[in-house]
This record gives sequence, structure tokens and C-alpha cells, in this order.
Amino acid sequence: MTERTHWLYRPENRPKLWALLMVILALVLLPELFVHHHAHFPQLGFELDTQVGFHAWYGFIACAAMVVAAKVLGIFLKRPDDYYDD
Amino acid sequence: MIEPVLPPALVMVLGASLIPAVRGKWRTALVLGLPLLTLLLVWLVPEQAGLMLPFLGLELIPSAASAEGRLFATVFALMAAVGGLYALGSKARPLELAAAYIYAGSAIGVTFAGDLVTLFIFWELMAIGSTAVILLADTQKARKAAFRYLLVHLLGGVLLMGGIIAHWLDTGSIAVAVMAPESLGTMLILGGILVNAGAPPLSAWIADAYPEASPSGTVFLSAFTTKTAVFALLVLFPGTELLIWVGLYMVFYGIIYALLENDMRRILAYSIVNQVGFMVCAIGIGTELALNGAAAHAFAHIIYKALLLMSAGSVLMMTARRKCTDLGGLFQSMPQTALYGIIGALAISAFPFTSGFVTKSLETAAAAEQGLLVVWMLLLAASAGVFLHAGIKFPWFVFFQKDSGLRPPEPPAAMRWAMAIFAVACIALGVFPQPLYAILPYQVDYQPYTVGHLVSQLQLLLFSGFAFFVLLGQMRRTLTISLDFDWFYRRFMNALAEEFALRAAHAFERLEARAAGRLRALIDDLYVHHGPQGILARSSPTGSMVLWVALMLGCTLLLYIF
Repeated sequence: MTERTHWLYRPENRPKLWALLMVILALVLLPELFVHHHAHFPQLGFELDTQVGFHAWYGFIACAAMVVAAKVLGIFLKRPDDYYDD
Repeated sequence: MIEPVLPPALVMVLGASLIPAVRGKWRTALVLGLPLLTLLLVWLVPEQAGLMLPFLGLELIPSAASAEGRLFATVFALMAAVGGLYALGSKARPLELAAAYIYAGSAIGVTFAGDLVTLFIFWELMAIGSTAVILLADTQKARKAAFRYLLVHLLGGVLLMGGIIAHWLDTGSIAVAVMAPESLGTMLILGGILVNAGAPPLSAWIADAYPEASPSGTVFLSAFTTKTAVFALLVLFPGTELLIWVGLYMVFYGIIYALLENDMRRILAYSIVNQVGFMVCAIGIGTELALNGAAAHAFAHIIYKALLLMSAGSVLMMTARRKCTDLGGLFQSMPQTALYGIIGALAISAFPFTSGFVTKSLETAAAAEQGLLVVWMLLLAASAGVFLHAGIKFPWFVFFQKDSGLRPPEPPAAMRWAMAIFAVACIALGVFPQPLYAILPYQVDYQPYTVGHLVSQLQLLLFSGFAFFVLLGQMRRTLTISLDFDWFYRRFMNALAEEFALRAAHAFERLEARAAGRLRALIDDLYVHHGPQGILARSSPTGSMVLWVALMLGCTLLLYIF
């Protein structure tokens, strides 16, 4: 039985999937042109959260930082998965 | 007139023990009907305390209704019903199902406890029921994990009981009422509850024990223990500042360990700690908005986490594989299971129009309202992290990534129905949050669907997703586990005990050798003096006797002469 590879797995479709992701990202940034975010902490004079695209770059950087943190901790914490098997 | 209303927990626990005794259609009816009957009773128990039981000079109130208790009991009963349906589909053993229902019933008992002693009794019954659920998976690994699980919970139980006794001696009260962790008793109570919540340092028991249960067992386990702990913190320790930091630690602990993990159900188990961390943090903030957030989040969390674990359990059952490295590409032959898994993943990530969005945002809003900038920033980062470790990682590695070549069929219909019900619930709660808001402990004056909130949440999540795919190479799954605090009781203490046994044996040997040496010296000494040649035991020859007698006679003669 020969099954045709699903279109998600065909190499020629990979650039298209990345392009689709870029389009979606651009779409969620689009409303920034019209929406004005209100500050969550006006009493502290903190206005970073009213900047254009704050949530976008903050989400990206937070995730990158967590992946790096996991990677670094992994150096010390990772063991073969039969570590506790007697 | 007093209405004779049965305590809901009692009905559930007693009914559960009948499950192994009945067969066929009757069992199906009992498994599905019992939680629904319990749910009905949950809403019929009158607000004012009814039945009082005298016990060792205390007045126990086994069944007292409160807004928080009803909310948690409602979702516990719903969880038991849908989990029961799933378990019927997965052909779970009747004994396991009975244990799971006793466990669920005792969780409901905790939420209806009118005093700390009743709370403690149901608390321990939960520990026994849940241990039985793990044990009945009937594998060597599960038996060992169940034993470790039981030890942790017995420790938690001892802390809680010690705390209740100390608190009672201090204040003479066993009422379930707001307290501050300032005396020994209240600190012990807090510690005992935190053990069950999966707080540091003993967080490891969740990822250690839960993934060893059967597919349906894990679904039940994910719902009750940690969430009754959230309930107890909510009614006993709201506004305890320590909890903010404990919660934040749990949030990031869950994310980091889930990112490192390869076993699909372990990923979701770490994610339980992460989610409970949000709730614990909100309880620490302690305003009405925050407590509503914690309660609502617990309600939504039970449903979407069960859905995620049902989806993972279906994969486990149909492929007999649990590691991300062995899975992938399953969406092709299990599209429904994949879809339900994705809905659960979107809900846990608080995607707009899912239950996570309308509940978790109450918590972040509470942090902002209180002016807690650092907490708010960290919770925001953690929300992004949830999408990273559970929202994308779980569906991606199980249903997509590389094609593993596995083409398992969909699970049995009953399991698909259970997933469908909870998937619909995740979306329904997200689109129509009002009924849930209406049963929260405090008045809700919050609108989750503003343009600003929708846009910022979508940006946060989608750019987290972008980060996931950019960094995918860094997250290649490896055949590893990650060391955690359980290393101390699985390896360190073990090694310590072995070392102790070895050294004790050596010392004992030396002691024995020395004692034997002393004894030998004593015997040698005796031999010298009392042996055949010893001076004190020598027999003298007759000749020498005659010589001595002659000598003495001679002496006498000489004395006589002079």
C-alpha cells in the first residue's frame, strides 16, 4: 500500500506554511493602528503596555527566555529516561 | 421544618462502592447516574448548617453549603460523570472506577465540610481513593509510583492533622474560616494544604504518579486533589501574601519542566502545577476579583485539563506509546481526537472564545487592579509560556511534527463522546461566561471581551507560537527525564540508607572482632593459670609430697631438739 504523503509533510509546502504564519502575525498586528491600549498601571507611571505591539514582542521574548532557561537547566537536570529503573 | 437532605458526598461514596457489584446496563446507569444525582443534591443542600454529629466532644458539620463549595462540587460532579463515560469506553476495571468515584465523592465531601475535622477525614479518604486509582493500573511502575504518592500524601495529612489539633488547642475552634498563617497550627494547616496543591518543594509527586495511572485513571487524578487544595486555600487563606510567590514559582516550574519533558502525559502533569500556580497566586492577591478568578479558573481548568488528558489517554490506548519521540502525525488517522486535543490546548492557553480566556483574565486583571506590576508582568509572561508548553507543544509533538508512520484508529465511541462533551463545554463557557460568573463566590463586574483585551491576548499568544516554531530546533525531544525534588527521596535518601547500612555493618563487624579478641585473651589467660600446665591446676607427683613431708618432719624434729 502506498499512501501519498500528507500535504503538511511535503517539503514544497513548508515555505507556504511559514508565509501563512507571517500573514496571520501581520493580521493580529494590524489593529494596533486603530486601537489605543489603556495603561494597566497609570498610578505607577508605567506606560510600556500602551506601546504599539507590546504584547507581541513581550510574548515572543518571554517564550524565548523560557526556552533558553529550560535549555540551560536541562544541562544539569536531564538524565536518561531509565535513570530510576532498577 | 427540617428538610431531610442527604449529604451529597455520602451518596457518591456509598454509591461508588456498588459499582463492582452490578453488571452490564445497570453498571452503565449507575456510573452515569450517580454523579448527576450527586450534582442535584449539591444544589439542594440548604445554606444553613443542618445535621450535627457529636464526635469526641466536638460538633461536626458533615454537610454545609457555601458558594465556593457548591462551585467546586458542581465541577467535581460533572467531571466524575464525563470521566465515568470515558472510563466505560476505555474498559477501565470496575474496581478502578469505584476507587475513582470514592475519590471524587470525598473531594465533594471536602467542599461541603462544615468543620476542619470533617475536612480532614474526607481529605484522607481522597488520598486513599487516589492511591487505589494509581495502584489499579496494575503495572510494576504504577505500584512503585503509588507507594511514593501515598508517602507524600500521608506526610501532607500528618501536617494538616497536626495543624488542626494545634489550632483547636489555640483557639478552641474547628470552624472552616479565614485564618492567617501566624501560629504553629495555622502554619501546619497551610503546609498540609500546599503539599496537595503541588507547591514547592514537593511538586514532583504530580508528574511522578499521575502519568503512571491508566488512561481514565489519569483523567480523574488530574481533577480532584490539587483543586480541593485550591478550594481549601480559597476558604482558609485568602490574601496570604506568601501565596503570590509560591504561585509564581509553581507557574514557572511547570513551564520549564514541561518544556524539558518527553512523556506526553507528564507534560500535561507539569502543566497542572503551572495552572494551579495561577490560582494560588490569585488567592494570594486575595481581592474579590482575584478570588473569583481563582475559583473560575479552577472550574474551567478541570474541564480543559481533563479534555487534554482524555485526548492523550486515547493516543496511549490506541498506540501503546507515551513518548513524544515515538509519536507524531497522528492527526491523519485520529482527526477527532486531535481536534478535541487542540480545543483543550486552546482553552488552557486562554485563547479568545474559550473557557481559559474568560477565567484566567480575571486573575491578571486582579493583579493589575492591585497595582502589582511585577506580578502582572510575570503572569503575562507565564500566559505566553502556557501556550508554549501545553498549547502548542502537546498537540504539535503528538499529532503533527514528523510522521511516525503510526495509523491508529479513533478510540471507542464512548471515549469520543466524553471528549466531545468537554470540548463543547470549553467553547460554551468561553462564548457564554455569564452562567459561570453567576455562581462565583462574589459579584462579577468584569467584561472579558473588549477590543483591547482581544487584540493584546491574540498578539501575546500568536507571537508565542511564532517563538515556538522559530526555536523548534532547540526543543528537539530527547529520551530523558529531568531531576526534581523526588531525587532526594528516590536516590539521595536511598544512597544514604545504603551507605548507612554498609557503614553500620562494618562498625558492627569491628565491634564483634574486638569482643571476640577480648574473650579469646580471657580464655588464654585462664588456660595459663588453670590449664593442664597452669600453676593453679597442676597435680604434684607423690615423691615431692613425701619429700615435703619428710622436710617438715625434719624441721619439727630440729625445733624439738633445740
